Amino acid sequence: MNTFKIGGVHPKDNKLYSAHQPIIECGLPKQAIIPLAQHIGAPAKPVVQKGDKVKVGQLIAEAGGFVSANVHSGVSGTVTKIDVTTDAWGMKMPAVFIDVEGDEWMEDINRTSDVLRECAMEPKEIIDKIAKAGIVGLGGACFPTHVKLCPPPGQKAEVLIVNGVECEPYLTCDHQLMLEHGEEIMIGIQITMRALGINRAVIGIEKNKPDAIARMTELAHKALGIEVKPLKLKYPQGGEKQLIDACIGRQVASGALPISVGAVVDNVATIFAIYEAVQKNKPLISRVMTVTGKSVKKPGNYLVRFGTPLAQVIEMAGGIPEDTGKIIGGGPMMGRAMNSVDMPAHKRTSGLLFLPEDESRRGEVANCIRCGKCVTACPMGLEPYLLSRMSELKMYDEMEQHNVMDCIDCGCCMFTCPSHRPLLDYIRSGKGIVGGNIRARQAAAKAAAEAKK
Amino acid sequence: MDLIIISLLVLGVTGLVAAILLFFIAQKFKVEEDPRIDEVQAVLPGANCGGCGFAGCRALAEACTKASSLDGLLCPVGGAPVMEKVGAILGMAAPAGEPKVAVIRCNGTCEARPKTSEYNGTRSCAIMSAMYVGESGCAYGCLGCGDCVEACAFGALKMNPETGLPEVDENLCTSCGKCVKACPRHIIELRKKGENNQRMVVKCLNQDKGPAAKKVCANACIGCGLCAKVCPQEAITVANNVAYIDFDKCVVCRECEPQCPTGALWGMGFPERLSKTAAAPAQETEAVSTDKDEKFDSAIAAKIQAIKTPRAVFPACLPYNNK
Repeated sequence: MNTFKIGGVHPKDNKLYSAHQPIIECGLPKQAIIPLAQHIGAPAKPVVQKGDKVKVGQLIAEAGGFVSANVHSGVSGTVTKIDVTTDAWGMKMPAVFIDVEGDEWMEDINRTSDVLRECAMEPKEIIDKIAKAGIVGLGGACFPTHVKLCPPPGQKAEVLIVNGVECEPYLTCDHQLMLEHGEEIMIGIQITMRALGINRAVIGIEKNKPDAIARMTELAHKALGIEVKPLKLKYPQGGEKQLIDACIGRQVASGALPISVGAVVDNVATIFAIYEAVQKNKPLISRVMTVTGKSVKKPGNYLVRFGTPLAQVIEMAGGIPEDTGKIIGGGPMMGRAMNSVDMPAHKRTSGLLFLPEDESRRGEVANCIRCGKCVTACPMGLEPYLLSRMSELKMYDEMEQHNVMDCIDCGCCMFTCPSHRPLLDYIRSGKGIVGGNIRARQAAAKAAAEAKK
Repeated sequence: MDLIIISLLVLGVTGLVAAILLFFIAQKFKVEEDPRIDEVQAVLPGANCGGCGFAGCRALAEACTKASSLDGLLCPVGGAPVMEKVGAILGMAAPAGEPKVAVIRCNGTCEARPKTSEYNGTRSCAIMSAMYVGESGCAYGCLGCGDCVEACAFGALKMNPETGLPEVDENLCTSCGKCVKACPRHIIELRKKGENNQRMVVKCLNQDKGPAAKKVCANACIGCGLCAKVCPQEAITVANNVAYIDFDKCVVCRECEPQCPTGALWGMGFPERLSKTAAAPAQETEAVSTDKDEKFDSAIAAKIQAIKTPRAVFPACLPYNNK
């Protein structure tokens, strides 16, 4: 069984709470707040106005740039305002507020549960449809999928890698999606392969999901060129570069994109969204999110329309447990503790995790004892202790020389540190500044080049 | 005996050769340096704080010596007197600089801005501000981890545990600007010290609309514009729901101060302020309500009164408890 070669850690997977819970549809909210920046890149530009009537699946904002994605309404009703709202971390984001009236869908969306197998579209048509449907990577980064499916000139995709790893502890939404919608995912993979003009796909699934491996393998036997790769349990196997290494044994160079080794990586949830968009004309208006935790009354996987307040989703799961010390948006490794739950669900919200008080505190920080555990754990082969110290001392140029930009924020270093040092906090803060410096330098170089002309 | 003589000879001759060699090399590679650089450096404070924008005092001295005029070159620590001395050495007129001081533009005390969450990460404002809005709900105010205190090379900043805010010791502040750069929320501003160390400051940067700002902090500027209306110098502008006082225009008449319904606008350096308002509150509010603005009703006056009475030491800077 394969896994990636460098680093990695083994956190307890804790998936038992919500694993095998059937996907339940979460009810419609009274008011939906649909953020316009649900993806990496420029926020979308609203195309509706106050007072407009919208239907489910109607385009309400179009992509605001090359790396940007369309936003569709997840509900039907009247637009009451376009204003800023705060996310769970108190940051401002522009959003469209809709008062929900009924549940009226756009006519061209196929709402039946039939599995549509045939797809005779041209690659370009498929990619257009994906772009129109506003599909972004649902694994967490929310990178617009249509951009990923258009390799830059001179580079060619050879293999599609489908991420069914779900290496984050606690989260089970992708697992459940594979179990319930395996067939659709298979068709989605074939459509994506068609769009990329390739005939090989590898589905990576960690071995703690034996039923998903069995189901997908069974389905893969019927399809050409699709292979299921059971993988050893190791975090962060769901990271793009780690998954490529684990699945096809190729290493992506520092600073390079997966396409440089001929790979395109997509999450199973993204693939499912592609299926729905291409075959059923349904834009990305909902996603499955896991609500879980030791003390949650009804942990499970909920299908949530974008715009639904998280409070409503929590209500469905039995409310906030009394012993909650921290609510984390996403998984425990890469997710962030939330400041409030007054936030709508959107493309990025993959899960809600309620940690009890006694588990939610960081350990007492002690001095670095130079044990090197973080270096062993880093899946990118970096030296976290060094980078974090450099960040503390504001040595940003040195950080850049030590490849801080390769850091994937996985948190393995901090997880493994016996002194509980806040390594990732410092590295991430330094990385932000180094990134800013690099961009400033590039902008200056560009300006200089233009001045020369 | 021979051994000693041989050793002496060998070492002596080697030393002589090396000395001659070094003499010629020194002649050949001699760096011509303006002797005035040393003189200028001697005048500068020698703190090497970097507040002038150069790598240290030596670098500023070099820059001054090379420059054709002293415009734009200023040692913020030494201020005008030092620059005059530098000017005297270099035979140039020193620009008239006005002494400045760091001002903390946030008055979100623990009492006014209760904690809504507890931050458990690294105690650093830069990291905290990248993570989320902060322990209070205010996205613009002080985070209270003391990055500015750490940045200050002169010990002029310290955290006040009662308010949870940094305080500037104006006698020690050299206006080097390091804290300004260190603050991720850009709260700290270098303002003119003003006559008698007195100046008017809007101690808030909250750009939210009035009710939203007020919800997170009782001391927030709500952008009502009452202060701008009364300012005889038109020094106050309200943009993005927050007032700003142009310190070049302000003459410190303090007309604006009683207008502020939330107490975001402060006169700094007036020690008698509290006692005066406490002694004759009725008179002042009445005068204001007849002279300045009809809108200024008694309810607001009462609020001002409440704000201006000295506050009790608030014990609630304790960590947020979610129980």
